[in-house]
Amino acid sequence: MALLEILQYPDKRLKQSCDEVVLFDEALRTFLADLEETMRAGPGGVGIAAPQVGRLEQIALVDVSAKKKIKHHGRIVLINPEIIEWQGSVVGREGCLSLPDFTGNVIRAETITLEAQDEFGERQRYKMEGYEARAVQHELDHLKGMLFLDRLVSRRSDLFKRKVYK
Amino acid sequence: MDKWFMAVVVGPDRPGIVAKVTSALFNGGCNLGEASMTRLGGNFTMMLMVQHDGREKGLRDLLAPVVASLALHLHIDSIKAELHHHIEPDVRITLFGEDRSGIVAHATATLAEAGLHILSLESDVAGSKNRPIYVLHIEGAALEGVPSLESALSIIASEGIETQLTPVDTVMG
Repeated sequence: MALLEILQYPDKRLKQSCDEVVLFDEALRTFLADLEETMRAGPGGVGIAAPQVGRLEQIALVDVSAKKKIKHHGRIVLINPEIIEWQGSVVGREGCLSLPDFTGNVIRAETITLEAQDEFGERQRYKMEGYEARAVQHELDHLKGMLFLDRLVSRRSDLFKRKVYK
Repeated sequence: MDKWFMAVVVGPDRPGIVAKVTSALFNGGCNLGEASMTRLGGNFTMMLMVQHDGREKGLRDLLAPVVASLALHLHIDSIKAELHHHIEPDVRITLFGEDRSGIVAHATATLAEAGLHILSLESDVAGSKNRPIYVLHIEGAALEGVPSLESALSIIASEGIETQLTPVDTVMG
C-alpha cells in the first residue's frame, strides 16, 4: 500500500475525460487499495477519483459511512460508472481534495440510480440519495474532467428549496 | 509585497464601477485578494482586499480620479491578510417575515447567544413598498452545536418570523 500524490488544480489532468477500464486484474486492485488509503488520509475525504492521482481512467471510490444518521452502501468501488436515473435537485456544500481551502454550493440530484463495475468487473446497480448521492456525483464529475468549481451556484440560491413533483 | 489594505467603496450604482476601480488598482501595480461587492438599495458597495507596496496615501491617490469621476466614497484601512484560512460554515439559516425594525438585531443576538459565529449575512427588503418583506440569509459556524441554534430559532419563530435551518454537511471528494 502506498499514499498517492493528490493533484491540485490547476493541474490540466483534472480537466480531462477519463478512459474506460477494460482490464480487471491484480494491478487494478492494488491501485484501488492505494487510492482508498489516499482518500482516507485526506481531511474528511469521503470520495476520490483516479484522475485526482493522475490516472486518467474511470475509477472512483466513495465511502460516506463515517457520517452519522445517513443511508449509505459502505465502501463502494465505481469503475466505468454511469448514472441511469436522476430525481429531484438540492443545493449542498462541496469541497475537493484537489482544491484546498475552498468550498462552495452546488446543485445535485437528490436521488440517483447508477450502474458501475466493481474491482472484479462485476456489474452492480445502486440506488442512493442525499449525501452519498452527492459524493458519487462529485466523483463521477472528476471522471469527465469536471470539478465542482464548474457547477458553483451563488450563496443565495438555496433560499427557496427546489423540489421536483412527479 | 506583503502589505494589505481593505478598501471600502460606496456610491450610486451604475454599470462599470468594478471595472474602473479594479483597473485603476491593477494599473497602479496592486494585486487583489478576496472581495465582496453588491448592490444595496441602489448603492454600489464594495469591500476589497488590496495588496499594495506603498502607503495608504499612495493607494488613495491611485483611486482618486475614478473616485471623483464616479462620485464614490472611499475608505482605506491597513489589515492583516490571513488568506487560506477559511472557516467552513456548518449551518445555513434563512429568516423572513413582514419587515419591521429590530429583526436583525434581535435574531442575531438570540443566535449569537446560542453559539452562532456568522461568516456571511445577506439581507434584502423584498415585497412592495406598502408591504415590505425582510429576507435574511446567514451562513455560519454552530460553535455550540445545531440543537442550540434550533432552540434559538424557535424563539425567533414564536415572534412571527419564519425560520429555516439547513445543516451544511460538506462533501469532501
